[in-house]
Amino acid sequence: MILGRVIGTVWSTKKDENLTGAKFLIVRELSLDYSEKSNFVIAVDSVGAGEGEVVLVATGSSARQTTFTKNKPIDAVIMGIVDRLDVPETKE
Amino acid sequence: MFLGKVIGNIWATKKYPTLTGVALLLVQPLNSDGDETGSPIIAADTMGAGRGEKVVYITASEAVIPLPADHAPVDATIVAIVDYVNNEYKEK
Repeated sequence: MILGRVIGTVWSTKKDENLTGAKFLIVRELSLDYSEKSNFVIAVDSVGAGEGEVVLVATGSSARQTTFTKNKPIDAVIMGIVDRLDVPETKE
Repeated sequence: MFLGKVIGNIWATKKYPTLTGVALLLVQPLNSDGDETGSPIIAADTMGAGRGEKVVYITASEAVIPLPADHAPVDATIVAIVDYVNNEYKEK
């Protein structure tokens, strides 16, 4: 999984009909010191993540392993909201 | 399968239901010489790997197989704790 922060939402009415009801959130990938990287993914939310929250994103076919995303054209799903990150020796 | 080193862990009370009780560890991918390559990922762990330990982890949707649940949005899971890496055959 990758670490990310929800920075926005994507609204789309014209989309694959399997995707109706999916909430698309824009997730910027984070380094371990929470600094934002340049890349981002559009992920479907499965745990009620809000804007600004630090989340975990599963990508690839694993993203379809939830009741909602099963058999849907989805390759990234938010599956956790991070409370705390514990990295003792953060590299300077 | 990839080689990695456990560098920390993550607490996420709000996560996908079938992941309750599954530890989430921060893993730094390593090459066969043990040097760090690429950025850290988050992997599920059922082996009880500790910080600083070298591990083998698998990715993609097979990552859900070692977990107690049948379906879980997980794309990396630790499957072994490494005792010793023997790469003497690699020409220096």
